[in-house]
Amino acid sequence: MLQTTMPPPLSVLYVTDANRPRRMERALEDLATGFARWRLAAALARLDIRNRYRGSVLGPFWLSLSTAVMVVALGLLYSTLFSMPLDEYLPYLAVSLIVWNLVSQVVTEGCASLTSAEGVIRQLTLPYTVHALRCVFRNAAAAAHSLPLILVVFLFFGHVPGPEALLALPGLLLLGVNAFALSLILGMVCARFRDIPPIISNVLQLAFFMSPVLWKPELLGEQQAWLPLNPFYTLLEVVRGPLVEGGAALEVWASAIGFTLLSCALSFAFFVRFRGRIAFWV
Amino acid sequence: MPHIRAEGLAVEFPLYHVGARSLKKRLLARTPLRLRQDESNRVVVAALRDLSFVINRGERVALVGGNGAGKTTLLRTLAGIYEPVAGRLEVAGSVGSLIDPAAGMDQVSTGRENIMLRALFRGMDDAEALEMAEEIGQFSGLGEFLDVPVRSYSAGMQVRLSFAMATVITPEVLLMDEWLLAGDADFMQRAQERLGRLVEGADIMVLATHNTKVAREWCTRAIRLEAGRIVADGPVEEVVVDSPPLAPLGVAG
Repeated sequence: MLQTTMPPPLSVLYVTDANRPRRMERALEDLATGFARWRLAAALARLDIRNRYRGSVLGPFWLSLSTAVMVVALGLLYSTLFSMPLDEYLPYLAVSLIVWNLVSQVVTEGCASLTSAEGVIRQLTLPYTVHALRCVFRNAAAAAHSLPLILVVFLFFGHVPGPEALLALPGLLLLGVNAFALSLILGMVCARFRDIPPIISNVLQLAFFMSPVLWKPELLGEQQAWLPLNPFYTLLEVVRGPLVEGGAALEVWASAIGFTLLSCALSFAFFVRFRGRIAFWV
Repeated sequence: MPHIRAEGLAVEFPLYHVGARSLKKRLLARTPLRLRQDESNRVVVAALRDLSFVINRGERVALVGGNGAGKTTLLRTLAGIYEPVAGRLEVAGSVGSLIDPAAGMDQVSTGRENIMLRALFRGMDDAEALEMAEEIGQFSGLGEFLDVPVRSYSAGMQVRLSFAMATVITPEVLLMDEWLLAGDADFMQRAQERLGRLVEGADIMVLATHNTKVAREWCTRAIRLEAGRIVADGPVEEVVVDSPPLAPLGVAG
């Protein structure tokens, strides 16, 4: 072939070889480009929220309102059942319920992080990381509408936490990291096995009653020692402890961090191994 | 230099939700050619089988073949959406794929919002996005409709917006499905011109099409797929000629 000009330097080279899949490299590349495209994930999350509440007057503030009603109603009921003073129980319950809702919402939506993006996955070349991030951002936006309620309850009951309350921020960060890892792994597992989402929702319901959300851990007496094994409890406690109980125990932090590392490791391993199959699963 | 090289490329679709054993057996018995059971006892459809070809700079290739021959699957594999189960694929050059115009479009958002969203999908920065919005606005001729939700557009307006959004790219390797060549006559005239420029600008084009006229007009080479295999590959006049003419529908004219 006659060549009159220097060929331009190749900007892109896509190679895929079934005998040498380079899975690790491609998974890392996916994560890197996915995070670099965080603005796309944020824009999609914003659209999700907007479309979910389209035409509604209160919009996402329905979340704030329904959470507020739930906190007050359950607070009145359970403070009587547990015969605890309202001004002591309600701040505890407010943090518990709001953080629990956040956790359970992330897990539920994480199951659909990839299946709900089916249309995009099969038509556009996009890092899968974007879909998991979209799920995280969507839930962060939802959290922004319910977390401030905690402040309202604290002000109303004059509950002033000490400086240890700042530790709730790393607690929230742990929740965020888990949200991403879970959206990725649950998204994949649920795309492949369609029976997983109903199982997850059953587990969540069970976990709500089995974990100290409505009740205080002290009520367990001796058995309390087992609680750090419950990841739902420890991830809740790293936010709740600093805000209402003067800090969380060391083993709680250890367990929460340990669980986060585990979920990240598992999620990464899955992603490396099965990333190439996702387009066939959704 | 932009090129595409495939060696023994194979893509298989697992049929995951075919659970029952008897159904599996029946499926396998009926279509022995393309359905088979893989090592882990899954029923898989062999969508592409043992494809080898090289496409060099300057070639414009038509993928022809009947429904289910594997044309769109091959396009998606070239775009990096499906990973092959066997063989090797090398695509050098920036890829622009126009496979489904509506993918990633949000029906509730306005035209302009959709343009900005598309810019994000392509990983553009703000300045590039604004420039793209300007150009799309001009070409689509949607005017004030750009600020109206897309769901209230007529079908023709939707096509114009998708087309405009899809074609403001300057890829080295252009992957295209034939949807682009459908539209109302008035618009098609402008569309032809724009497509022409896009095709000229690209170093390589791969176009999946049923339409022999389109293939002859736009392409230099044709690859005929049948049941996931290449059955003919050569200059467009040779490969496309032996396609059976469309059966008349019983309407004169």
